[in-house]
Amino acid sequence: MLSTLTFLPVVGAIVVLLAPSDNLKKWLAFGATIATFVVSLLLLPGWQEIPDMQFVERYAWMPDLNIYYHLGVDGISLWLVLLTTLLMPIAVAFSNQHIKQNLGGYLALMLLMETAVLGVFLALDLVLFYVFWEFSLIPMAFLIGKWGSQNRIYAAIKFFLYTLAGSALMLVAILALYFNAGTFDLLALQEAGLPPGLQQLAFLAFALAFAIKVPLFPFHTWLPDAHVEAPTAGSVILAGVLLKLGTYGFLRFALPLFPMAVADYAALISILAVIGILYGALVALAQRDLKSLVAYSSVAHMGFVVLGIFALNEQGISGAVLQMVNHGLSTGALFLMVGMLYERRHTRLLKDYGGLWASVPIFSFFFLVVAMSSAGLPGLNGFIGEFTILLGTYKSSPLFAVLGTAGVILAAWYLLHAFRQVAQGELTNPANFKGKLPDLNWAEIGQLLPIVLLFFVIGLAPNFFLDKINPSVAALEVVQTPIVGDGRLVDSSYLPSLTADNRTWTSIY
Amino acid sequence: MDTALLFDNAIVLLPELVLAVGVMVLMLVDITRRGQNGSQFLASLSVVILLLGIGASVMIWGRAPVEYLDGAVSDGFALSVRLVILIAGVLGVLLSRNSLPAVERQGGAFYSLYLLAVIGMMLMGTATNLIVLFIALEIFSLALYILSGFYRDNPRSIEAAMKYFLLGAFASTFFVYGSALLYGAGGSAHFARIHETLATGGGNPSLVLPGIALLLVGFGFKVSLVPFHMWTPDVYQGAPTPVTAFMSVGTKAAAFAGFFRLMMTALPSYHDQWATPLAILAVLTMTVGNLTALRQSSVKRMLAYSGIAHAGNILIALVAGTVAASSAAAFYLFAYAFMNIGAFTVIIGFDKQFGNENDLEQSRLAGVADRFPVLAAAMAIFMLSLSGIPPLAGFFGKFLVFKAAVEAGWAWLVVIGVLNSAISAYYYLRVVVAMYFQQPEEIGGEKEPVLVPASRSSVFVVVVSVIAVVVIGLQPGLWADLLRGLGQ
Repeated sequence: MLSTLTFLPVVGAIVVLLAPSDNLKKWLAFGATIATFVVSLLLLPGWQEIPDMQFVERYAWMPDLNIYYHLGVDGISLWLVLLTTLLMPIAVAFSNQHIKQNLGGYLALMLLMETAVLGVFLALDLVLFYVFWEFSLIPMAFLIGKWGSQNRIYAAIKFFLYTLAGSALMLVAILALYFNAGTFDLLALQEAGLPPGLQQLAFLAFALAFAIKVPLFPFHTWLPDAHVEAPTAGSVILAGVLLKLGTYGFLRFALPLFPMAVADYAALISILAVIGILYGALVALAQRDLKSLVAYSSVAHMGFVVLGIFALNEQGISGAVLQMVNHGLSTGALFLMVGMLYERRHTRLLKDYGGLWASVPIFSFFFLVVAMSSAGLPGLNGFIGEFTILLGTYKSSPLFAVLGTAGVILAAWYLLHAFRQVAQGELTNPANFKGKLPDLNWAEIGQLLPIVLLFFVIGLAPNFFLDKINPSVAALEVVQTPIVGDGRLVDSSYLPSLTADNRTWTSIY
Repeated sequence: MDTALLFDNAIVLLPELVLAVGVMVLMLVDITRRGQNGSQFLASLSVVILLLGIGASVMIWGRAPVEYLDGAVSDGFALSVRLVILIAGVLGVLLSRNSLPAVERQGGAFYSLYLLAVIGMMLMGTATNLIVLFIALEIFSLALYILSGFYRDNPRSIEAAMKYFLLGAFASTFFVYGSALLYGAGGSAHFARIHETLATGGGNPSLVLPGIALLLVGFGFKVSLVPFHMWTPDVYQGAPTPVTAFMSVGTKAAAFAGFFRLMMTALPSYHDQWATPLAILAVLTMTVGNLTALRQSSVKRMLAYSGIAHAGNILIALVAGTVAASSAAAFYLFAYAFMNIGAFTVIIGFDKQFGNENDLEQSRLAGVADRFPVLAAAMAIFMLSLSGIPPLAGFFGKFLVFKAAVEAGWAWLVVIGVLNSAISAYYYLRVVVAMYFQQPEEIGGEKEPVLVPASRSSVFVVVVSVIAVVVIGLQPGLWADLLRGLGQ
């Protein structure tokens, strides 16, 4: 099941490359991503709300060296897998409309990308994980370098080398873990436990790789370049999924394997996360280019996720997992809409727009909803994630929670600022007049609608999602042995997900 | 001597014998067929001989290691290295077809020297005796000196041959001196007996370290370790590209095989003394190789420096000095054979398109992916594999070597190794960037894509190499199981 899920896109990629016509390639690529999505949905009916790995597959890969092809999914990875398989067909559908040059190669790379990302989310063997992790760089670097805008080569090289160098030391750490425990298996390593000295060093090596990927301040400098230069679908996948690999890495590997080191460095990383939240938001506020605004908003939003993870309690981490999905959806949608606008007007500068509500109301409406989701408006998904994270953060450190809340306010500011600049005010630029600037067509609405519907679903029924996340989070060692005092400033029974009755989120207010 | 001893365990040398007979047949055929387009036939004949050699190696695969006349052994390591060299040999012969006018004229000389080089290299991996080791070294070195000058109309090629010969001869003297000292120290030319004598406190230990130092110069030259690497870029660039492709892999495999066996069977008790100097050499070799490769504009020179860096990686395995490390080195060389020869083959293909200068400037590669999609894709795969991106063969070569080194307690060396890998990614990536992301220099209208720009045999080499690099990467367990270490 998981292997089918992971490698279906590769099959799709090969078929797409062999297909004779561009039109056929489009349909095949879209079909492959949809098929992958359907397979991933099949995980839900048989899902058990338990902490363990499910749908596990394990075969010998390099038996002499104790390396296994070991896949599994739990509450932490489930929604990230579904996020990936959902965003992919949308990104492919968008690309089918707009990519003209070398379409087959482009679509094949997108599909390879999907396999790499799913592999990272599902791998339970450190070598297998590392293979997928490193491999994910190649398709992305190609997408940026070949199909990006003016400065694409610089951005592609920077993205590739920055992330490659970041994960180099992780390989040494993986080998050191093996040397210590005689296995590359994540679950076995977790059980074996590691000596404190090794934990410190290995944590730093892993954390560097993950921090660059997230990206955590001050390792974020590759991100604006990569995002701004990447083609739209590339940005959607980069922001929607690739950044999650970093935070997922923290959750899946750093927290379970190095609990002591995590406790030591939690404060430092939380500080970096808070700086990232505020810095990203302030820089976003100063952007004149809509796409770089969204790119910097990613730095801020991913800061929230890291903050939640290193709160080291159930609320923080569950919120972080949910917020990863939320950020993938809302930022993915934002990039998609920037792309739709760009394809029409070939400019992303805020000053070229204004008053679009009068000329393209459907676009403006969607833009408003997406911006609100990203800003964390109650009733939509972003609010649930950020609120839960802040709740968890408050439990471990009220100061960080207060600073994080300032970030929420700033987020609302820059997003509304962007919305005002684009959609409201006088319609002055003749190129934007009604009739000149076409509104969203059905295909584009079709791409946005699934995401927007999910905003509401997650916003109104978060328990459906949290219930599947929580058992795995609660089983984490760092959660079970809280480091921060008794800290019960907030009763965790507030969290509906933890209670047996059917209280919903509305009952908290 | 009892003549029966001559045949006892002679099967150890079966592949070498097959090739030796093959060389003689080839020379006879050359005489009888002179002047009737013999070169093509000789190339095919060489391939057949080499394939027979592979067959012979496979035949004696899996037997318990036995030794022949105190001079050669057939353990898993020897067989693995043989396989690497024979494969490199086959691929190299396929490249040489149709590639050089001089080969057309003197096919007999070219292919017999070529096969002799292969024999010498294979012998290097089996030798258990200083004298056999030296003879093996000289057989393949002398053949290669001539082969690298085979592009006789090209001054670069002559210069390469001259340089290689002079420096190589110099290095050989160091090697002989070192062997002599080691013989004096251990009282025997046989590796295991040297070890026995020294380990039991006999012999003349004061000669051991000078001996090691001198031998190190000899080996360092052959595998191009910094600071004995100066010849490498010039020879790689000047020699005919098919010869470069073959010797870049073959020499490395052979010299490292001899180096491993000598250090690990004759001098294991001195591991503490030689490991640290070798580790420092490994750091120097990787770093200087990579940093210099960054600045090259000729793709062949870039690959020469990349080869130096790879030698540094393999040296890490020798520093670790365990059986697992030697089998990791065999795996590394196996992977390296395909990706490196593949890369050189693509260079030959492009070179043919751009004027046949036996050299390829990186700027020429700008935007070639649109015109030569297949060659460019293959080159991209080789470059990514050389830089160690999973899931390609090169990654697992590095992975196994680094793993063995960490297990032997050389974590700091591995840290420097992985950082060097990250540096190397830059210059490999630059080739990919040029091919795929840059615009072509001359815009001479829309040109139709050319799927197969090279000769059929070199396309075959590219296809085989791509498949090997990908398959080894996806199923590394199979090959790691096959390629054994010392004494296994």
